[in-house]
Amino acid sequence: MSAKVEEQVREEHPLEKILRMDRIPHIWCPTCGLGTTVTALSSALEQLQLDTNKVAVVSGIGCTGRVAGYMKLDSFHTTHGRAVPFAVGLHIARPDLKTIVFSGDGDLISIGGNHFIHTARRNVDMTIICVNNFIYAMTGGQVAPTTPLTAKAATTPYGNAEHPFNLPLLAASSGAVYVARWTALHVRRLTVAIKEAIQKPGFSFVEVIAPCSTLYARINKLGTGLDLMKFYHDNSVIRHGADLNDVDIDFQSKIVVGKFVDIEKPTYIDCLNAGNKRAFGDKYKPYGGGNGDN
Amino acid sequence: MATTEIRITGFGGQGVILCGYIIGKAASIFNGQHATLTQSFGPEARGSACSSQVVVSDTRVLYPYVTAPQVLLAMSHDGYMTHKDKVAKDCIYVYEKDLVRLEKHGPKTSAFGVPATRIAEDLGRKIVLNIVMLGFFAAVTDVVPHEALRKAVETSVPSGTEELNLKAFDKGYEYGIELKEKAEVKV
Amino acid sequence: MKADPKNVLTGAHYLDGNHACAEGAIAAGCKFFAGYPITPSTEIAERVSRRFPLIGGVFIQMEDELASMNAILGASWGGVRSMSCTSGPGFSLMMENFGLGLMLETPCVLVNVQRGGPSTGLPTLPGQADMMQARWGSHGDYEVIALAPDSPQESFELAVHAFNLSEKYRMPVLIMTDECVGHMTEKVVIPDADQIELIERRYTDKKPGEAWPFEETEDLVSPMLPVGQGYKFHVTGLTHDYRGYPVINAEAQHKNVSRLMDKVRKHADDIIWLEEKDVDGADVVVVSYGISSRVVQPAIQRAVKDGIKVGQIKMVTVWPFPEKRIAELAGKVKSLIMVEMNFGQVFLEMDRCAKGKCETYLVGHAGGTVHKPDEIYKTIKEAAK
Repeated sequence: MSAKVEEQVREEHPLEKILRMDRIPHIWCPTCGLGTTVTALSSALEQLQLDTNKVAVVSGIGCTGRVAGYMKLDSFHTTHGRAVPFAVGLHIARPDLKTIVFSGDGDLISIGGNHFIHTARRNVDMTIICVNNFIYAMTGGQVAPTTPLTAKAATTPYGNAEHPFNLPLLAASSGAVYVARWTALHVRRLTVAIKEAIQKPGFSFVEVIAPCSTLYARINKLGTGLDLMKFYHDNSVIRHGADLNDVDIDFQSKIVVGKFVDIEKPTYIDCLNAGNKRAFGDKYKPYGGGNGDN
Repeated sequence: MATTEIRITGFGGQGVILCGYIIGKAASIFNGQHATLTQSFGPEARGSACSSQVVVSDTRVLYPYVTAPQVLLAMSHDGYMTHKDKVAKDCIYVYEKDLVRLEKHGPKTSAFGVPATRIAEDLGRKIVLNIVMLGFFAAVTDVVPHEALRKAVETSVPSGTEELNLKAFDKGYEYGIELKEKAEVKV
Repeated sequence: MKADPKNVLTGAHYLDGNHACAEGAIAAGCKFFAGYPITPSTEIAERVSRRFPLIGGVFIQMEDELASMNAILGASWGGVRSMSCTSGPGFSLMMENFGLGLMLETPCVLVNVQRGGPSTGLPTLPGQADMMQARWGSHGDYEVIALAPDSPQESFELAVHAFNLSEKYRMPVLIMTDECVGHMTEKVVIPDADQIELIERRYTDKKPGEAWPFEETEDLVSPMLPVGQGYKFHVTGLTHDYRGYPVINAEAQHKNVSRLMDKVRKHADDIIWLEEKDVDGADVVVVSYGISSRVVQPAIQRAVKDGIKVGQIKMVTVWPFPEKRIAELAGKVKSLIMVEMNFGQVFLEMDRCAKGKCETYLVGHAGGTVHKPDEIYKTIKEAAK
C-alpha cells in the first residue's frame, strides 16, 4: 500500500461517533434493511448538527428493537410494543430532548398498535421510524399486520388471508403531522425525511420498506436481498402528497413512496399549556419538563 | 356515648354523601373525635337509593362499617324502608317529614321529623335540604356538637354558597330546638 | 431532603384513602402520573389531575394500563418522580412492564386499590386477593416491596414512604391498598413540609464515558445515570451486564437476577416494617395487613378480656415477607393466625416460615367486605386451646 493511499484510510468508521462500536458486529443478517435505516438516522443527526447528548432513542422488541442497543445515545430497549408509551413518559419528563422511537411493523402496529394511534392522536412530539419488512423476523417469519394479502409466512403457509394495514393512512388518520414512506433503497431521500421528521414539532412518522432476505424473501421465493432492492428500484413510485387511500401495498405491487403529510398542529404539551393557561391564567407556569423546579 | 353509628339514606342527588362527610368532618376535625365515613358505591348509588355511613367514636374506629346504627337519617321513603329495621334498639330516626311516611317502631326508639324540603324551598334552593336535615340533626341528637357541625358545613360546601347553607343549617336547627321543647315525639 | 412546601397540603383534612394517597405522592414530589380509569382506584388519578397544573406536574390518562406503566418508567428515566394507580384487571395488565421496571431498576410507585377478583369480580367492593400477584405476577424471578395501609392517614404516609423506598433501592414499589381503605374517609393530618423527609435519587458522580447504569456496588444499588447529559447509556429488558448491554447466557442471568433478588433480601431488615403489640409471651399471635389488621383488633380485645394471651403483628410491608420474625415466633407461640381477605395467600408464606413449629390458622374469605370481628374471635378461641 502506498503512502498516498494510506493517508486516505480513515481510522474511524464514519459513524463511530453515533454507534456503540463496542457492540459491533450487530446481530442483523446481511442485506437486512436495518443497517441502511440506522445509517440514514445517523446521517440525519449528523447533518442536523444536533447535540447528540439531547437525543434519546427508544425501541421495543424484534430485529428493529435492537437498534437502541447500537446507537450511542441515551437508549432504551423496552418490551414488545411498548416503546411508544415509554417514550411518551420520557418525552413529557424531558421535552428538551429529541425522542426517537425505532420500531418494527409488528412491534409498532400489532402489539403496540393502540399506543401508536393514541400517541398520534395526542400529537406527542416524537419521531417514529418504522422499519416495515412485512414479517415477524426475529421470531422466524410469522405473519404480520403488514404482510400483504396472499404473501406467505411461517404461520400463513398457504398465503396470508388478511388485509394488511396501510401505515401512512393509519398514521395520518390518527393525527400524525408528518408522514413519509421510503424504501431502504432511497437512502438520501430517507435521510431527508428523517431530518424533517425530527425537526417537526409533533408526532412524525417515517415508514421504511425494508428487505428481509432471510425470511420474507425466502419464504415467498423473491430472491436475494439484492433482488429485493432491484424490485424497489423498478416498482417504487414517488408521489408526494399522494391520496393515502391509494398507498396500500399488495403482494409484489407498486410501492407508492414520498412525503405524504406535513402539516402544523399544536403538540400535546402546547395543548396542555394552553388548557391550563385558560383555567388558571397567570397563576399557571408553562410546563417545561423535569420535576417542575427547573 | 363512646361509639355512635349513623346511617344517612336518601336518593342520589340529595347530598347523602355530603351529609355523612359533614358529620364525620365535624366530629373528627372540629371536635377531636374519631369518625369514619363509608359509602355504598356502585351503579345503584347513582340516581336511586343510596346511603352513607358514619361511625363516630371517642377512640379509634376499628370496624369501619355500620352494623346497627343509633341514628338513621332518612331523606327518602325508599331509603327509610330499606334500612328502618336494621338499627339499634334505641335508634333515633331523623327524617324528612314530607318524604318519609313513618311506621311503628320499637319502644326504645324515638323519631324526629322535619319538613326539610319545604324549608329549603322557602330559602329559594331545594338543593340545601340535606343541610337543613343536618341542622335538625344537630338539634335533636347529641352525637356531634352544634358548633362543630356548623363549622363543618361552612368549610365543606362550595365556595360562594356558605351563607345560604348556613342559613339552611340554622333553620333546621331552630326547627329541631322548637320541636324538642315541645317534648319528644314517641312513636 | 425535605419535601417542597408548595407540594404539601399541611393541615388536618377529612379525606378518603385514595385522596390521601394522592396527597402523599404529591408531598413526596411526584410530578408525573400516567393512569387509566378503573374502579375503585380512580379518585387517586382525579385528585392528581386537579392538583398537578399549579405545581408543575403532568397527569396523562393513557390508552390503557400497559401504556400507563411504561409511561411512568419513561418519565422516571427522564428524572421525574412518577406513579400510577390501578385495580384488579388493570393490575394484571401492568404486570408485564412492572417486570421491565424491576429489570431496568427504575424507581416509581404503583398503587393497587384491591377489589374482589378474579376477572371483573367486584369493582366496588374490597379484596386482598392480589397479594400473590404482587409478589409473583410478572414472569421471572425477582423480589418486590409492597406496603399495605390500614387507613387514609397511613395511605398518605405510606405513599411518601413508597417513593423513598423506590429511590433508595432503585425499583418500583407497590402500595397494596383496598377498596375499603381507598373509599373510607377519616381525618388525615398532613405535617409541615419540613417534617417530611424525602430520599433523593442517587445519580452517578462519575463523568460520561466512565459510568455504567448497573455498576456493582457494595449495597447492590447502582447510582442512576441522568438522561440528556452525555452519558449515552443503554438499558434493556434483556438480561444484561453492568454496562446495560444484553448478555444472553446462564452466567449473566445468574448475576443479573441474583442482583435483583439480593438488593431486597440483603436489605430486608431495613425494608420490613412490622407493628407488634403484646407479642412477647403471647400464646396466639394474629398476623394481618391493611384493613384486615384493623378489624382484627376488636376480636383481639375481646379474647384478651377472656384471659387469652393474644398478640398482634401488623405487616406494614407485606413483601418482602418477615421470614425471620415469623420463624422465631413459631418456636415460641402456640398458634399463628393469618387474617386476610382471600382464601389464603400470605397465609401460605406464614405457614411456610412456621415450619410446623406451631399451629397455623387462616381466617380468610373471598372478599367483598372486611372480616366480621366475630369470625376472628372464634378462631382465636380455637387457636388458644
